[in-house]
Amino acid sequence: MMNSKSGKIVTFIIAGIALMVLPLLLQATGSNSWVRIVDIALLYVLLALGLNIVVGYAGLLDLGYIAFFAVGAYLYGLLASPHLADTFPAIKAMFPDGLHVNIWIVMIVAAVLAGIVGMILGAPTLKLRGDYLAIITLGFGEIIRIFLLNLDRPVNITNGPKGISQIDPLTVFGFNMGQRHTLSIGDWSFTFQPVTLYYYLFLFFVILTVIISYRIQDSRIGRAWMAIREDEIAAKAMGLNTRNLKLLAFGMGATFGGMSGVLFASFQRFVSPESFSLMESVMVVAMVVLGGIGHIPGVILGALMLAGLPELLRHLPDLSHMTDGRLGPEILRQLLIALAMVVIMLIRPKGLWPSPEHGKSLAK
Amino acid sequence: MDVLLQQIINGLVLGSMYALVALGYTMVYGIIGLINFAHGDVLMVGALTSWTIIRLMMEASIGLPGWMILLMATAIAMVVCAALNFTIEKLAYRPLRNSPRLAPLITAIGMSLLLQTLAMIIWAPNPKSYPSMLSREPIQLGGAVISVTQITILAVTAITLALLMWLVNKTNLGRAMRATAENPRVAALMGIRPDVVISATFIIGAMLAAIAGVMWASNYGTVQHAMGFMPGLKAFVAAVMGGIGNLAGAVVGGIALGLIEALGAGYLGALTGGFLGSQYVDIFAFIVLALVLTLRPSGLLGERVADRA
Repeated sequence: MMNSKSGKIVTFIIAGIALMVLPLLLQATGSNSWVRIVDIALLYVLLALGLNIVVGYAGLLDLGYIAFFAVGAYLYGLLASPHLADTFPAIKAMFPDGLHVNIWIVMIVAAVLAGIVGMILGAPTLKLRGDYLAIITLGFGEIIRIFLLNLDRPVNITNGPKGISQIDPLTVFGFNMGQRHTLSIGDWSFTFQPVTLYYYLFLFFVILTVIISYRIQDSRIGRAWMAIREDEIAAKAMGLNTRNLKLLAFGMGATFGGMSGVLFASFQRFVSPESFSLMESVMVVAMVVLGGIGHIPGVILGALMLAGLPELLRHLPDLSHMTDGRLGPEILRQLLIALAMVVIMLIRPKGLWPSPEHGKSLAK
Repeated sequence: MDVLLQQIINGLVLGSMYALVALGYTMVYGIIGLINFAHGDVLMVGALTSWTIIRLMMEASIGLPGWMILLMATAIAMVVCAALNFTIEKLAYRPLRNSPRLAPLITAIGMSLLLQTLAMIIWAPNPKSYPSMLSREPIQLGGAVISVTQITILAVTAITLALLMWLVNKTNLGRAMRATAENPRVAALMGIRPDVVISATFIIGAMLAAIAGVMWASNYGTVQHAMGFMPGLKAFVAAVMGGIGNLAGAVVGGIALGLIEALGAGYLGALTGGFLGSQYVDIFAFIVLALVLTLRPSGLLGERVADRA
């Protein structure tokens, strides 16, 4: 028998190999659609992990999380597409080839910008109950969407409902991820599709986020957030600066949202206000809540489940023609999400895979 | 001047509908401290139910006058909404009453989504036109125009508010509600059953929402599954603005928000030189909310807002 430590290492290695091979197998099915689905699921995992910092650790319900995602996505969309240069002759004169800012610079800017916006938003609700935060973030999500939809006149900044297209693909040290790459060793060669390359990139970011999340969770700040979540007055009495800590939670959660948005824009190469509806925010909240608030494996599980759900529903017979569009896959998906949110809160209020009880995990 | 008067009329009409919905929020919040996200969707169910009833009655062509059909449809919508809200509270909110505060809030959001989805399945997702049951002749009023529907909305709101004030201030049920809002445990010691009072609160709130739903549908002429969400959200803002938990505050906040929105829609384009048009009207409610929470978190007429319950 192996002892538990080496067993853990073996599990890690097997899981690692499985994650590396997965897209290659999916790609072998001949179409890119399966790899694409996994890519989107990984983006949702990133979002859910970011929101988990705000909702899970600090216990602050943010219903407009997708707005930070939108901030990042539109920032990259504007700075790395021909749109602004086509609209403003001044920019065209300065950059005749259109704007093509490096994605890593945009990512840093997006992280800072989203973080600042997150803190500004949280500020008015700091002294109030968390419910107010829910409403104000929800309102902010709607405001951002209204601006994105309407800022195409009188000056065309966001191109309105049509969105921004022809966004630059991602490059890593000059390696263009928007193109196919063929790896040949002797006679054997393998073609990596762009979606597969993005898979590895997203996987890298997910792993990075998981590591950061774990590090935060066990840090002084993470423990302070959880103290605030459990009992704010007691936390304050223990000498925690609850105001700054809550602001930090908003800011940090928003940062993750903004960076995921940049990745999303470079992956889709197209952004439009439609991707940032309230329903998406609710989806991300549902992922965190269903999986297990504040528990990283649970949150990942919730994100993968809810992101995969519509794909499974797609394989059901389409009932929408028989019922005048009443039972389309989109409606069924929404029905399942809504039911899951209500039922899971009633029977498993801590989610499907909740974090172990306090104290028990320390006893080991 | 005409524009001003017209926008004031529009604002009052809009504000009275907000006020009716805001009362439902504020009563529930006052008693169990829950933001009932599904409240706006109860309004939607009321509007769609009345739409079905009106259509059935018009198809049957009994020959009743329009106002009678509208009245009966409203009454049925009120009953349906009351039953619905009673069931929601009993099944979804009551078991969570003593759990951490995030749980009921998430259930309420899920419930809102569930009601919208069920409405899509029952009534199909397309918007439907709502027949106008009252005279469509506009009435001239000092340069502005007001419709019979709008006058009815103002009158019905006034009557409903008077009835509610009487109920809350003069009857035993009202006294029990105020006592439970003050302190449920002590109220229970005085022989009040908090569960009954809470159920009654949800039922009254649902009836007000149903009335507002019929008004909303008659005023704008269309109904669909998503119609309740925005009014619900704005009514919540109105409740916060007036001071959440305070009935008079909800009315003041509702009417104030209605006026702000109507005047904003009327003048925003002119004030900003056409840069911002009336499509930005939905933003006002949230700006107002942020301002109120920053400057006067207890609201216009509010009592102290607890730092945290």
